[in-house]
Amino acid sequence: MTATAPARRTPSAAERAEGWKAPGQDAGWLNPLKERFLLRLLVKKELRVRYRGSVLGMVWSYVKPAVQFLVFYIAMGVFLELNKGTPAYAVYLFSGIVVVNLFGEVFGNATRSITGNGALVAKIYIPSQLFPWASMMVALVHFLPQLLVLVVGAVLNGWLPSPTAAVAFLLGMLILLVFTMGLGMLTAALNAAFRDVENFVDLIVMVATWLSPVLYRIDMVQKSLDGTILWWIYQLNPLTIVVQLFHIAFWRYSKPVVDELATDHPFAYTLAQPGEPYGLWWAGLLIAVAVFVIGTIVFERSKRRFAQEL
Amino acid sequence: MTPNIADVPTSAAVPTDRAMVRVEHVSKRFSLRHDRSLKELVFSALQRKKLADTFMALDDVDLTVHAGETVGLIGFNGSGKSTLLKTISGVLFPDLGRVMLRGRVAGLIEVGAGFHPDLSGRENVFLNGAILGMSREQLEERFDDIVAFSEIEEFIDTEVKYYSSGMFLRLAFSVAVHTDPDIFLVDEILSVGDEPFQKKCLERIRELQAAGRTMVVVSHELEMLQKLCTRIVVLRKGKIIFDGDPTEAVAVLRAS
Repeated sequence: MTATAPARRTPSAAERAEGWKAPGQDAGWLNPLKERFLLRLLVKKELRVRYRGSVLGMVWSYVKPAVQFLVFYIAMGVFLELNKGTPAYAVYLFSGIVVVNLFGEVFGNATRSITGNGALVAKIYIPSQLFPWASMMVALVHFLPQLLVLVVGAVLNGWLPSPTAAVAFLLGMLILLVFTMGLGMLTAALNAAFRDVENFVDLIVMVATWLSPVLYRIDMVQKSLDGTILWWIYQLNPLTIVVQLFHIAFWRYSKPVVDELATDHPFAYTLAQPGEPYGLWWAGLLIAVAVFVIGTIVFERSKRRFAQEL
Repeated sequence: MTPNIADVPTSAAVPTDRAMVRVEHVSKRFSLRHDRSLKELVFSALQRKKLADTFMALDDVDLTVHAGETVGLIGFNGSGKSTLLKTISGVLFPDLGRVMLRGRVAGLIEVGAGFHPDLSGRENVFLNGAILGMSREQLEERFDDIVAFSEIEEFIDTEVKYYSSGMFLRLAFSVAVHTDPDIFLVDEILSVGDEPFQKKCLERIRELQAAGRTMVVVSHELEMLQKLCTRIVVLRKGKIIFDGDPTEAVAVLRAS
């Protein structure tokens, strides 16, 4: 298969002036912004299809994280006694869980978005970026109730909203979404060629909970890895950075934590997060943008083969 | 179902000199890929087995369609008609050569491809209309016409999975013919529904022709195409073997 130079495929400037364009020539990664109406309909479709024939419907997006939270709380907090050294451990735990859940859902759904819409991709021309983007927006819809529960839980634990919390939350969301969409577009494109990719993604999502400070505190990781390269890798994991930002947003400045830090308890200082308040946010954002760019490039290059591969 | 030939209106198309579609030396090779997973890929690499058989679906196809023309694409199964249509619509990309278009295209490659069984008729009209390139304003404006054309008003809020196949096709076709693009790509959809509905569809096609729309139609209904088209292109094994007068084109295909 010989590929022609792209210059020959698209109309020249003179031809463009006469109104010529190539089929399937679209705005690329900007499509989701241009095609907002279609994007919204696709999101609506996904949400409708997701809960077809289900009695509880959206309630499931409360039930699942609630059960997950309870299991982790009992196993890690009570049995392994993590809640003893961590004030408001429940809030600490849940603010990490919502991050990893959103990551898992965006990543997993985006990966399957091209293969899942195969019937459409193979028959009608639609800007294919819309599919991973629609998956992300569906995931956000499911994220909202969890966020609400988190906020209520945090308030009950003596947390009050503050500018620091707002900045940390927004930074965290930005890094998380840019990073995950980058990964998602990359895997969506690869999954169209090799269905193995979606299983690999499930594996990553499973591991993600354990490789970021969701269940335990980051000072415990530092204690065992300090001074090694692994400690840096752990810290530079964008998920670690986002989970830390969420801790800053919903847990770190709540009353029990602040009170504990003020005591002269020998280990109280470990509650303070490294690089407070926003830690390595710049590194996280940098990595996220780099991944997004790579994901977009790979997606753009492979999208013209989607119809053939499905 | 084959349309009653007496019902097929004579072409109302008025060809002009303004080119709307330019297919320039387009070749497309398909690989019949057997290897779907990484495991199989690794094994076949180790065994140096040939990865896939390939064939030319389109072989140096050159075609210009002018505004107002209705061009028929005919040929036997596997001759590359649908591939050509998909290449023009942008679903497939040529390996060699290029395709250029002027104006908005709507491809009716398969009726109802964008329909989802779990959505109601109304939701499907909006989703499918948007997929075919209509804006929200256009859809809201034409919604009533679309439903009226399909004649299934009372079921419009029922989920599409409960539709009979005829109702489903009617609604899908109705959305498609109301998209109003400059260039219409039609693949084997003129054989939907019962006879009265078919008549209505053909009438609609005639209206579009009279309005100066450009159409590229793929079909096996040779008599129908002969009446409907201003020009017919015959394809065989990915190559154009005839391009010109409809009656001659049908004779060429029958002779081959």
